[in-house]
Amino acid sequence: MRLYLPLAIFLVLVGLFGFGLWWNGSHNPTFVPSPLIGKPAPDWRLPLLYHPQRTLDKAQMLGRPYVLNVFASWCFACGDEHPVLMAYGRDLGVPLIGYDYKDKRSDALAWLARHGDPYTQVVADESGRTAINFGVYGAPETYLIDAQGIILWKHIGPLTPRVIREKLVPRLRRLGVTPKVAA
Amino acid sequence: MKRVLRTAALGLLLGSALAASAIDVLPFHDRAEEVRFQNLTRQLRCLVCQDEDLADSDAQLAKDLRYEIFQQMQAGRSDAQIKQWLVDRYGDYVLYRPPLKPSNYALWFGPFVLLGLGALGVGIYLRRRAQPQAAATAAEDEDW
Repeated sequence: MRLYLPLAIFLVLVGLFGFGLWWNGSHNPTFVPSPLIGKPAPDWRLPLLYHPQRTLDKAQMLGRPYVLNVFASWCFACGDEHPVLMAYGRDLGVPLIGYDYKDKRSDALAWLARHGDPYTQVVADESGRTAINFGVYGAPETYLIDAQGIILWKHIGPLTPRVIREKLVPRLRRLGVTPKVAA
Repeated sequence: MKRVLRTAALGLLLGSALAASAIDVLPFHDRAEEVRFQNLTRQLRCLVCQDEDLADSDAQLAKDLRYEIFQQMQAGRSDAQIKQWLVDRYGDYVLYRPPLKPSNYALWFGPFVLLGLGALGVGIYLRRRAQPQAAATAAEDEDW
């Protein structure tokens, strides 16, 4: 029986190792939970990307839920996410607001012209100061904000069809929205 | 020749400009203020490269946050207020020293609980081994 002790220790170590592999693969290790969930979105007022002399702000968006997608032309993962937004963006049943984060206006315009524009409106935060109030720490990030301006959900990293179907759509349904995305 | 010199001078200028932009140039009033700034940013985590503090990180967001912290210091806000401002946006994670509160109890006391369990295990093992030889016959039936 004593001989089995090393084997038992070995198996425990293999188990721990396997757990480590699984754990690292099954969640985003850089994920930081946002303290803003369930709280009012910060007050924001930002120029429109296409018409910089006009602005959009939090008050104008009150009254209906919307999805805020933080992106940038320099952001590599945003390129992965973009086709997903092109495919699903119009079917969410709520406005999809693009939040151009710390980007040069000309770069952002060129990027959207080249890859397509899935957004209802695009606001530009060139300095990134408003993004600090949202707790943005990397693009892409996506927020679901309800009609009262409360942040209900935040996703860090690219949206995938799976995240949209399993995380975003059920939350939209709970808000009384009927997205055209099949569950 | 003139052109070569001019190009060289331009290169030198550009080079020094690049070297200067690698560090922030924040106009501190005095040395004490700078020390306070360094001290504060060392206690805060960079959200982008999460193993670095805000003082050392070269990430763009870290630069923005350093500037924000600097401005808040200029506005007369205390270290505690500035930290709270960051925690409100990024959560406790931004602090290298997490606060002592129920959701963090596992973090603070977990290692001591594990240490206690380990000590208990060792204690039981030693006590068993120290049992007089009279129990040895019984022990032979045990696994180990």
